[in-house]
Amino acid sequence: MGVWQPIAEIAEKVQSGELKALELVEKSLGIITEKQDYQAVITTIENRAKARAQAIDEQVAKGQKVGQLAGVPFIAKDNFLVFGAETTAASNILKGFEAPYQATAIEKLEAEGAICIAKANLDAFAHGSSTENSDFMTTHNPHDTSRVPGGSSGGSAAAVVLEMAPFALGTDTGGSIRLPASFTGSVGYKPTYGLVSRSGVIAMASSTDVIGPLTMTVEDAAVVLDVMAGRDELDSTTIEREKSYLPVLSDIAGKKIGVVKEYMGEGIEPGVQQQVENAIQKLRATGVDVQEVSLPSLPLALAVYYIICPAEVSSNLSRYDGQRYGYSYTDAKDLEESFSKTRSIGFGKEAKRRIMLGTYVLSSGYYDAYYKRAQTVRTKLIHEFERAFSSVDFLLGPTAPTTAFKIGENIDDPLKMYLTDIMTVAANLVGAPAISIPVGLSDGLPVGLQLIAEQGHDAALLGFAKATEGVMR
Amino acid sequence: MAKLTRDDVLKLARLARIDLTNEEIAEFEGEFNEILQYVEQLQAVDVEGFAPTSQVTGLINITRKDVEKNYGYTATELLKNAPSVKDGHIQVRKMIG
Repeated sequence: MGVWQPIAEIAEKVQSGELKALELVEKSLGIITEKQDYQAVITTIENRAKARAQAIDEQVAKGQKVGQLAGVPFIAKDNFLVFGAETTAASNILKGFEAPYQATAIEKLEAEGAICIAKANLDAFAHGSSTENSDFMTTHNPHDTSRVPGGSSGGSAAAVVLEMAPFALGTDTGGSIRLPASFTGSVGYKPTYGLVSRSGVIAMASSTDVIGPLTMTVEDAAVVLDVMAGRDELDSTTIEREKSYLPVLSDIAGKKIGVVKEYMGEGIEPGVQQQVENAIQKLRATGVDVQEVSLPSLPLALAVYYIICPAEVSSNLSRYDGQRYGYSYTDAKDLEESFSKTRSIGFGKEAKRRIMLGTYVLSSGYYDAYYKRAQTVRTKLIHEFERAFSSVDFLLGPTAPTTAFKIGENIDDPLKMYLTDIMTVAANLVGAPAISIPVGLSDGLPVGLQLIAEQGHDAALLGFAKATEGVMR
Repeated sequence: MAKLTRDDVLKLARLARIDLTNEEIAEFEGEFNEILQYVEQLQAVDVEGFAPTSQVTGLINITRKDVEKNYGYTATELLKNAPSVKDGHIQVRKMIG
């Protein structure tokens, strides 16, 4: 038993007065201080969090109903706009930025009584797979401090594993929730594209960006998603939600699973392959119908992603020009110099790399060959997923080909770093929901199992993932 | 596909409004060619019969009534991060000479 009870139980106990929200906040802040050497957190939100906790305890004392997440502390990745602290996206260009409004996801969580206590580290602007691209610091993996926690939501994943809070929020554009979940042994949930509003979350690649929770159990992830999901008039890409995401523990016997052929075999660390195969055996033993499926275009997904993602990044990051907010170079002789000096000094290397690559693939003469081509192969991929889901309920494979790598191991080779996303990007390109759950260790390091469902089938995926989690224990 | 040259990198830097050091230019030239060589595999894919996908929600033309809504923020709050403010507006350098 860890420090934290299941989220729903914490909320019930705060509502009944058995637990005090203020004590929970103090406990969270205490653990953050105690474990600060892991560098999971950029800033804490002490004053606002304590004031909110006191207000919640007073509401309870008056017999008022607080909500589904009454008094539950959480940590937001630092690309969520949150009151009470700076919002930096771990980039120098946003250092000192104070959000004038809050993300819809944060507003919804607060409306149910949750309390944001800190902002987690990430690769700057969520560009990366290790948190090493953070302009401030690298987060250490809780299982081995010489290794990365994965990224880009590495601070959020490490924070949850270090028990700094019962849940943390991440964003997943090409695997940024699932990869760190896999590397740290936590649960990472990437919802269907459009299910959670992105209003107030710093944009990376808008056609694949999603928001989701990092937790220690599937149940907790579902509880958080249930609060955040749904249409938002401030984000016109949001879709209709299902009635409830709280997982109903259904009989998994007879469910059809497709083991993705392209995700097994070549390029996968033997220890990872072994743990995933063990998991498949355990599922088979419970009566799950396991078959192999092939999606022939999957090996192309990473190439598609590394055209589409930088293209959208170059567009989304054009707003950082030093005129309206963020870092501004003040000694420029004219407006042009103000733009270019601000961006040169403010952006880190990976942001520059992606902006430039994106500018290239979108530029006149290359647009058809790169961007349009990638968007067309993307359609082919969508068709292959549709075909796969006509014969199976869920797709299964490893979340990543390796366990957590060493700090510094891939940082000088951008292409090698990009390849860590090889098993996660496809779900983003097709908009499908996907989850990473821990299934064991390889040489002492966690291995994540990835389950992918059809677009819009989040509740079914969470139900199956919860059952799978039970089978693995 | 054509190899990216140093001049191409400089042109991209100009378009993206980023000044690069000589070191960065050399580094990016090598890295971009490596990345472009990797994505080159898409050229050989048979995409006959497929149209490009730009979004996956299936939503079309989400609109709302054209009425003003008060979110409760003051102009001062919304301008608090601006580097230079004058008379309730963001002040920038002269744009037209």
